[in-house]
Amino acid sequence: MMCLAFPAKVLDRKGDTGSVEIGGVIKDVNFFLLPQAKVGDFVLVHTGIAISLVEQKEAELTLSVIDELEKVILEDFTPPRRRKGG
Amino acid sequence: MADFSIEDVASRLKAHLPRPVKFMEVCGTHTVSISRLGIRGHLLPDIRLISGPGCPVCVTTDKELSRCIGLSYLPDVVVATFGDMVRVPAGGTTLLERKAEGADIRIVYSPFDAVELAKAFPGKKIVFLGVGFETTAPGVGAALIEAEKRHLSNLFLLPFFKTMPPALLALVSMPDFAVDGFILPGHVSAIIGTEPYRFLVDKYRIPSVVTGFEGEDIIRSLFLLTRMVKSGEPMLLNEYPRVVRPEGNKQAKKVMDAVFVPVDAGWRELGVIPGSGLGLSDRFARFDAGKNFDIPQVSSEPPSGCICGKVIIGAALPSDCPNFGTACTPQHPVGPCMISSEGACAAYYKYGL
Repeated sequence: MMCLAFPAKVLDRKGDTGSVEIGGVIKDVNFFLLPQAKVGDFVLVHTGIAISLVEQKEAELTLSVIDELEKVILEDFTPPRRRKGG
Repeated sequence: MADFSIEDVASRLKAHLPRPVKFMEVCGTHTVSISRLGIRGHLLPDIRLISGPGCPVCVTTDKELSRCIGLSYLPDVVVATFGDMVRVPAGGTTLLERKAEGADIRIVYSPFDAVELAKAFPGKKIVFLGVGFETTAPGVGAALIEAEKRHLSNLFLLPFFKTMPPALLALVSMPDFAVDGFILPGHVSAIIGTEPYRFLVDKYRIPSVVTGFEGEDIIRSLFLLTRMVKSGEPMLLNEYPRVVRPEGNKQAKKVMDAVFVPVDAGWRELGVIPGSGLGLSDRFARFDAGKNFDIPQVSSEPPSGCICGKVIIGAALPSDCPNFGTACTPQHPVGPCMISSEGACAAYYKYGL
């Protein structure tokens, strides 16, 4: 699964190496591509390498209410990133 | 989890659409998500979701596959690869069969595992198979930088990486190609950002949404595409801002610029696309397995009767293939679209559509 990547929580870091937790499993991860990652951050891990920060605030936006989803069709358009609450 | 059903989503989308539409999910990981969640079937017939050229193993040409397998005939060579490559046939064999015959084939999880192999076996030549898109290439680049730092002279790369925007340009330039919207790859975009796709909207006026991989992401993307079809106003939107920044991952792009240079590359069915591959830069040329080894020729005939090429450009559905589900199954695959877990044929077979 070559474009598959998982969000994981950074547990520790020493230079380019460190470990993350993915669903209760602890894995070694390389941070060369994401030097800004800190312990406690959520990162996206692909082939054992952290490739992107996962922004918690964005991740928590609710995507689960269909009326909210349908609003993107019905309402005046605002790009989704700036919409309050989803 | 969502508190609505796919049927509910489908009926609301259809109510807004002025006409039947066809959207392409470019990425193989999207193909799997969409099939697994049962989204595809529930949207038919008004909304057709078709798969694109986003399964790395599937777009790799038979010639490239034969080079990968050819490596396994060289003495003292260890072929290190991600797991999806080992079952792909070329020259009447596969890397898995070559392993059974005694060739040293190692399935690795990370390109850094190949660096470790090079350290552990100084008497062997470790060749990593560089297959994948922008999601994968920078990590492999990082591993080569590490190998350079450690002065490892026994690690090599067979660079067959491909890049997505030139392939999309080739696709939309095809005379018969027509889709009403693109579901764009989320993890390629985590690296390259959103701007490289701008031409899809500005020049070709095709609504395009960079999308995440959860069911809610895909459904949100479908609502956004539907909105743009309804309004007739195509835009490039980012549905996946929790992971994808407009500028992408700057450090990853820096690594790619240091390690790779754009080269013309062949794609299954699409042919040679200018600037769509990644060769090694002068600084890293000494890692190039293609230049360091005289790789034995093995046959590169495409698998007979396989329509994988048509499937990856959205010109045919897996079920259009006479082999699908009969001569070609995940247990006994004929072509790469059934072999790769990200291939459209494998996803359609496993999940029914």
